[in-house]
Amino acid sequence: MSNWLLTLPILIPLVTAATSLVFWRSVRTQRAAAVIGAIALLLAALALAARVDAEGIQVMQAGAWEAPFGISLVADLFSAIMVTIAAAMGLAIVYYSLWSMDRERESFCYYPLLQVLLMGVCGAFLTGDLFNLYVWFEVMLMASFVLLSLGGERPQLEGAIKYVTLNLVSSAVFLSAVGILYGIVGSLNMADLAVKLHGETEPVMATTLAMMFLVAFGIKAAIFPLFFWLPASYHTPPIAVTAIFAGLLTKVGVYALMRVFTLLFTQDVGFTHTVILVLSGFTMVTGVLGAAAQNEFRRILTFHIVSQIGYLIMGLALFTPLALAGSVYYMVHVIIAKTNLFLISGVVHASEGTYELGKLGGLYKRRPYLSLAFMISALALAGIPPLSGFFAKYSLVAAGLDRGSYGIVAAALGVSVLTLFSMTKIWAAAFWAPGPAEPAALGPGGERRIRAMMVPVAALAGASVAMGVGAEYFIGLSLRASAQLLDPNQYIGAVLGRNAL
Amino acid sequence: MLIAVLSGFALALIAPSLHRLTHKRTGFLVGLLPLGLCVYFVRLASGLDADVAPVRETLAWVPSLGLSLSFTADGLSLLFAALISGIGFLVAIYSGGYLDNHPQLGRWYAYLLMFMASMLGVVLSSNLLAIFVFWELTSISSYLLIGFFHEEEDSRKAALQALLVTGLGGVAMLAGFVLLGRVGGSFEVHELAAGAGLIRGDPLYLPMLLLILAGAFTKSAQFPFHVWLPSAMAAPTPASAYLHSSTMVKAGIFLLARLFPVLGGTPAWTAVVMPVGAITMVFGAYVAMRQNILKKLLAYSTVSALGAMTMLLGMGTDGAVKAAVAFLFAHALYKAALFLAAGIIDHETGERDVRRLGGLARALPITAAGAAAAGLSMAGIPLLFGFVAKEIFYEAALHGPDGWAAALTTAAVVSSMFFVAAAACVAYRPFFGAATETPKRPHEAPASMWLGPALLGAGSLAFGVFPGWIGEGLLNHSASAALGKSVDLHLRLWHGFTPVLGLSAVTLLGGVAAYAVRPRFTAALATVHRGCDAIGPQRWYDGALNGMLVVAKLQTKVLQNGYLRHYLAVILITLVGLSGSVLLTHVKEIRKHVIDSLVIAWETVEFYELGLAVILIIAIAAAVHSRTRLAAIAALGVVGYGVALVFVLFGAPDLAMTQIVIETLTVILFVLVFYHLPPFAIYANRISRARDLLLATSVGVVMGVLTLVATATQAYPTISSYYGEMSYDLAHGRNVVNVILVDFRALDTMGEITVLTVAGVGAFALLKLRLGARSRGDEEGSS
Repeated sequence: MSNWLLTLPILIPLVTAATSLVFWRSVRTQRAAAVIGAIALLLAALALAARVDAEGIQVMQAGAWEAPFGISLVADLFSAIMVTIAAAMGLAIVYYSLWSMDRERESFCYYPLLQVLLMGVCGAFLTGDLFNLYVWFEVMLMASFVLLSLGGERPQLEGAIKYVTLNLVSSAVFLSAVGILYGIVGSLNMADLAVKLHGETEPVMATTLAMMFLVAFGIKAAIFPLFFWLPASYHTPPIAVTAIFAGLLTKVGVYALMRVFTLLFTQDVGFTHTVILVLSGFTMVTGVLGAAAQNEFRRILTFHIVSQIGYLIMGLALFTPLALAGSVYYMVHVIIAKTNLFLISGVVHASEGTYELGKLGGLYKRRPYLSLAFMISALALAGIPPLSGFFAKYSLVAAGLDRGSYGIVAAALGVSVLTLFSMTKIWAAAFWAPGPAEPAALGPGGERRIRAMMVPVAALAGASVAMGVGAEYFIGLSLRASAQLLDPNQYIGAVLGRNAL
Repeated sequence: MLIAVLSGFALALIAPSLHRLTHKRTGFLVGLLPLGLCVYFVRLASGLDADVAPVRETLAWVPSLGLSLSFTADGLSLLFAALISGIGFLVAIYSGGYLDNHPQLGRWYAYLLMFMASMLGVVLSSNLLAIFVFWELTSISSYLLIGFFHEEEDSRKAALQALLVTGLGGVAMLAGFVLLGRVGGSFEVHELAAGAGLIRGDPLYLPMLLLILAGAFTKSAQFPFHVWLPSAMAAPTPASAYLHSSTMVKAGIFLLARLFPVLGGTPAWTAVVMPVGAITMVFGAYVAMRQNILKKLLAYSTVSALGAMTMLLGMGTDGAVKAAVAFLFAHALYKAALFLAAGIIDHETGERDVRRLGGLARALPITAAGAAAAGLSMAGIPLLFGFVAKEIFYEAALHGPDGWAAALTTAAVVSSMFFVAAAACVAYRPFFGAATETPKRPHEAPASMWLGPALLGAGSLAFGVFPGWIGEGLLNHSASAALGKSVDLHLRLWHGFTPVLGLSAVTLLGGVAAYAVRPRFTAALATVHRGCDAIGPQRWYDGALNGMLVVAKLQTKVLQNGYLRHYLAVILITLVGLSGSVLLTHVKEIRKHVIDSLVIAWETVEFYELGLAVILIIAIAAAVHSRTRLAAIAALGVVGYGVALVFVLFGAPDLAMTQIVIETLTVILFVLVFYHLPPFAIYANRISRARDLLLATSVGVVMGVLTLVATATQAYPTISSYYGEMSYDLAHGRNVVNVILVDFRALDTMGEITVLTVAGVGAFALLKLRLGARSRGDEEGSS
């Protein structure tokens, strides 16, 4: 049970958060702790990913209670990739927050809350226990709710109410489904569940429960028609908060969908995954049309989150090795690109004092490097080669055509053009169009602050390029992750021991 | 070749910094790269041999997806590569003069080089995915170049239109490429060509053909996708000369030629490609004739020329493909020269309308000479290469597919007549005749600018007099590569008195006549033209874009309408719909399980359990029906305590205690905030109540049925018994629940403690930190 590496992504944020709370009067200590914690988390995540890639699925039984009786922590390649990207985003956001967060929120436990959020996210990626997943969801929900409402501005509270209400519905459905599941198979360990759900369990019940989990996680993932909480709330908090939410929260929902619909609910793929496929198409289309109807930087990006979720679950729905690899790759790509676009909108706001496209302009002339970073991330999002998004889109499209799912391929390709359209809308209005004659007065910190905020922006834009130029490595990794996902016996064997199979 | 392509990208990256150092000399410095590349490609071309397989270089990029940078130096790719780098050199130098002192000239060079490198990538690649990668990059660089004058709204709109039209075609093409790659088993064009027979017989042949053609047609501005090209004239003229006449718009033509050995020559190919090309050719030439703005006129004539090449490739005969290659070369030479000359006129006089130009030859002698040579070539006058190309064009049309020869020849002759008239408008009218007043006093452009038209004009003449120079060599190899077999292309200035020569004479006479009647003709038909414009493809584009936006606004308003109750309802309907549909499709088994469970329940139920259930139901009904808040709270309290009793009855005293504490706390909290709440009002009407009742009942029924079925279908014993056995022995605790909480499932508890802490922090912050009424809430969803 020396697999302590698995606990680090949960422990490091927890310890960081606890330390910060102890020193809650000293913002400086909290800032330092946040940076150190974020770096440590990233290192731990990288070490874990390297170990998983080299040695296969890693398992730790919490409290040394053998599975399925205790709680198992499991890291397969997909989990490890997700933990790593979450840690990377955590570091970017912490650094960005140092320069962009207002003093009031900083002194009201902003950094510890961020760490708790990361802890919840990492816990959700690593747990091998369905009820424990629920607990991590609660951790994330509470941390994100407080982050969302922190500051108590009126639009924030309005958004937060919708956010928390609809997410509690998700929790209720999730919990009911876990309860009923426990009633039937008497277990919570996912590997154990996988064995039993494919064993004596009544298939109708398995499929019905699958639908309940689809709704519960679908709300978290913001798929059609369950996404309402997201556009209602994401544009209200400070931009660093929106950015980390955009990068990670919905993706945990998608992760959960991908986990249960590869491991637990593959009894009737013809039905369940077709439902997901249809929902994925609608998610893409309604999201992108929602974005096309907006005229505010953050709102456009917010609706695009929904649209991109459609692509992520498209790979799950197609359920082939290439498709799932596409989803994994897409996940990493979209987390980077989308987080960065929000960070860029924050820089724009710091420089111009507004998010309204109608009031923006002239950035192409005045801020060439910001323009370049936006161009890269926006084109990556739209799937333009040789940036990351192209390989993501291509894998899914190729997988769809291989399976003969022409409808979803047409939707995916059409939506990518509409994505390009709304990205050029931002570009044309905020960057190309002539700006105000007098640039807005810079806020506190001035140019120095903007330069500092550009550091993570440049790094993430570079990552989008690197993922495209070095696509072979990342695609290879995703294909290995997808092979693990499609062979649940590896997971089951790692958790329950070989003789369980 | 790898270096040849990538060097352009590398130089593009440093071009803006370079420009800061070198200022006025940047054009020449940057131009050295394309010049060197041009020499390199010409040398490669001179080494081509029909009997030797072309040079290939491959660098695996993403082999997992079949994408590799594999470059082939055959006749077709080298012809394009030489044109791209050669004209690229002239344009780089030219733009130094044209955009002199523009603050963003450094970026201009970056985009220009990026475009050049991408375009070289398109034509040299033999991997379909690599072609697509570079293809998209040309679209992006084109977007940046068209929108270069970015503060003009027209530029931004035109850039967007070009991007959307070619982007849509691009994604269709990608799908086509994937299908082709899967059917043919490779993404390498030469490997696909080897299996062409199989591909053409595949049921997916037609869809993949149409998808790929969508890409080619949008890029090469075929009717009705041509709309973006005239709008793209908002770009600075060097970009128009380079991208939108001589190189990028020919990418589609290139693709047709490149894939001809794989997909071409079938009845479907001819049936689609040939008519589209013919329509574009005639339409473009006709519209060109009635333009008065120099660049628009040139743009429509480019559309027409692209149509002619498409038509020739669509015909697919050996003669037609040869003619297409020759025509392409002729067009690249004269059209780039005319665009550059038009740019000089605009730059030197400030005037773009041919009707207000005249007699510039005295002020701009070198430009005039270059333009004249190019114009004569465009008109197809002997001694210029355009004549040679037109001769074999007519030859091909006369020997067109059965039954089509007459129609195609007529179309070709009519378009060529309009070409003569258009050439006269651009190359004769501004330079000769009476001088006019122009906004600026004209004088000859700097050498950097006239170099382009002069060299290109001289090229049209030189190759026209000695067509064998290029005809026997590069063009021949090019046609062979397109046809996938070795052919002989004999280009001659003089063919003797043939029917083709007669057609040329007719064309010239007709063209002169057309030029003469042009002003009166356009004036007479002005209303008709306006009518056509009002229903033309540009309107289709606007309509589609606006329609999309209207739909987008509408759907967002309906879906994201801001009402929480609506969101909740949709989510619950989805829940009931999805899980209910599964239950309904297996209604027989489900009914059996439900009945089994109910029977067992009925046999084992105690009377006080039933009583409790009745109390709970009554309390819920009371809560829903109550007309005051206090009554509702009280009723809910009853429900809560009732549930606690259920826990007690089923042996979970710990849970019952927790439940009672929470219920009590909730009621106390309610009472505390009672007086701060707004007055209690009931907004629901009869219909919404009925709807909510239905929805709530459905959710209840689904959950109830699920619970009953779960009890009936329990498949495995629970793991709970393990906890009972192990708590005392292994975990050394007497209270099983406690042991579960702090040992077996301690991780859960740690998480929940964190939740509580965060909740505490949150409540504290909500009370203390009110950045408050900085901004008021606004309608979500629509902004």
